[in-house]
Amino acid sequence: MLVLVEQSLNGLQFGLLLFLLAAGLTLVFGIMDFVNLAHGSLYMMGAYFAATFVAWTGSFVLGALLALGATLLLGMALEFIALRHLYGRDHLDQVLATFGLILFFNDAVRLIWGPAGLALPLPAWLTVPVQIIPGVYYPAYRLSIIVAALAVAALLYVVVMRTRLGMLIRAGASNREMIGALGINIKLLFTLVFGLGAALAGLAGLMQAPILTVQIGMGENILILAFVIIVIGGIGSIRGAFLAAIFVGMIDTLGRAFLPDLLRKVLSGAAASTAAPALSSMLIYLLMAIVLVVRPEGLFPAARR
Amino acid sequence: MTFPITPRNIVAALVVAGLLLLPLYSQLTGNIFILTLFTRIVIFALAASSLNLIMGYGGMMSFGHAAYLGIGGYAVGILAFEGIGSGFIQWPVALAVSALFALVIGALSLRTRGVYFIMITLAFAQMAYYIVSGMSRYGGDDGLTIYKRSNFGGLINLSNRVQFYYLCLGCLFGGLYLIWRIINSRFGLVVQGVRSNEQRMQAIGFHANRYRLVCFVIAGTICGLSGALLANNTDFVSPAVMYWTRSGDLMVMVILGGMGSLFGPVIGAIVYLVLEELLSQFTEYWAMIMGPLLLLIVLFARGGIMGLLGRLRLG
Repeated sequence: MLVLVEQSLNGLQFGLLLFLLAAGLTLVFGIMDFVNLAHGSLYMMGAYFAATFVAWTGSFVLGALLALGATLLLGMALEFIALRHLYGRDHLDQVLATFGLILFFNDAVRLIWGPAGLALPLPAWLTVPVQIIPGVYYPAYRLSIIVAALAVAALLYVVVMRTRLGMLIRAGASNREMIGALGINIKLLFTLVFGLGAALAGLAGLMQAPILTVQIGMGENILILAFVIIVIGGIGSIRGAFLAAIFVGMIDTLGRAFLPDLLRKVLSGAAASTAAPALSSMLIYLLMAIVLVVRPEGLFPAARR
Repeated sequence: MTFPITPRNIVAALVVAGLLLLPLYSQLTGNIFILTLFTRIVIFALAASSLNLIMGYGGMMSFGHAAYLGIGGYAVGILAFEGIGSGFIQWPVALAVSALFALVIGALSLRTRGVYFIMITLAFAQMAYYIVSGMSRYGGDDGLTIYKRSNFGGLINLSNRVQFYYLCLGCLFGGLYLIWRIINSRFGLVVQGVRSNEQRMQAIGFHANRYRLVCFVIAGTICGLSGALLANNTDFVSPAVMYWTRSGDLMVMVILGGMGSLFGPVIGAIVYLVLEELLSQFTEYWAMIMGPLLLLIVLFARGGIMGLLGRLRLG
């Protein structure tokens, strides 16, 4: 029971983190119709910036804020220099170009920070376990990730649904040409949205950094997960991304935690220990395949153009 | 069929001649390295050509094509591991398993279109990757060493560099010929028609998805063959050959060379892998140059190298 609560919280935390990544991806995809494979690189850059700035300033919070700003600027610069020329092009061109960016970022990081991973140490006040319900302790840092991510999700909801910027974003998602014709500076809007997405990816990266090591290629696995999420949730839908992210985070974490034991009850010991790791890694891809076969547009497709 | 003298055909002919004469050059200069490099290039050219069949002619943007490299490779590796060394068994099994995998994932994936198709093929390839990583009997993550190359009796000796190179080249030319016949057949014209306008093809009575699926299976099978060749070339097969960045590499080769032109992927594979080799000799951080180069190619050279050549005029 205790393990179940703890693993569910881990699943929730992982899911929320994935949401931050997927939200940026789905915003950029929904509004600019742009497939950004380099989103995982921005996640990686967020983590590297954080490790550097935290070591530099000596303060976790200050370093994290600086890293967030740096990723935002990096994303906007990237959009301004290269990616804006790819809007309206074939998805395949975008895949190829951003694949090139992944290559670039991985080697640039290797050049600047070296091939070895970095560690991002936590301040003492975040390492203590917190008693959430009597008898159940949970690491304060993971708890703070859940709180922070939920706050960002709520903020994103308010921004997208309740502000003028959000109105423009939603309008852009449903008809790009039209809001351009209405006199909105669409280029600026796109740059802002891309920067927002980059900052969300950077936030996910820097929050994940203390749990895992900061290393080259860290963005690639999680990028695929984020794509799985936006495909399950329906491309362009933030609500769909949120629900699918929690779903995927839970299934992945709980699958890894409990599937080996479950399999051992059904299969012989040797067969179970062979099948379990592969099966639990496959679980979400299996889920995605099922969703796409049953509902080819995802679970919560955004309104059609 | 006549071949008009255009820049594209001249380059294609030069490349064919170059590939045919390469072992001679390697022998004369004693440069063994170039033969090894080009064996790898020829194998990847075959894989990229098979991807071109579905991507360029069929309009199916598969982002999981490296899965077949792994499946073909593992079919050879696992059979060799279990003591079945005959290529007459290994290779047909490699082709059959690749075809079966393509049939299953194709039947499911072809229900989707566009980006969803890109993503679902990626998901299936990742699933295959994790299955293979989990096979602890066959090395799991660390991969499987193949101690003896496929044995074809007295017919051909795969351990001989030159013979193996010509075998790979034969497979490449055979594959290209097959693809050329396919795209000019009635079947191929239907597939290309479906790419251009699916609704219209449906309306005049073609079962679009059936044609697409057959095309998808053919491409998967050809790529399975290059997987079998690759495993024999490296004497080793690991899950890394089917990782999604490998699929990305194959896509890059196709687009770089020119999607939807028969010879484009071959040129793409040559340019991509030779560039990788040259840049990595020049600097350890070759990808820092390769990455932006890809970006520039996408921005300024639409249609890849073959597209550029097509725009050239003689005289």
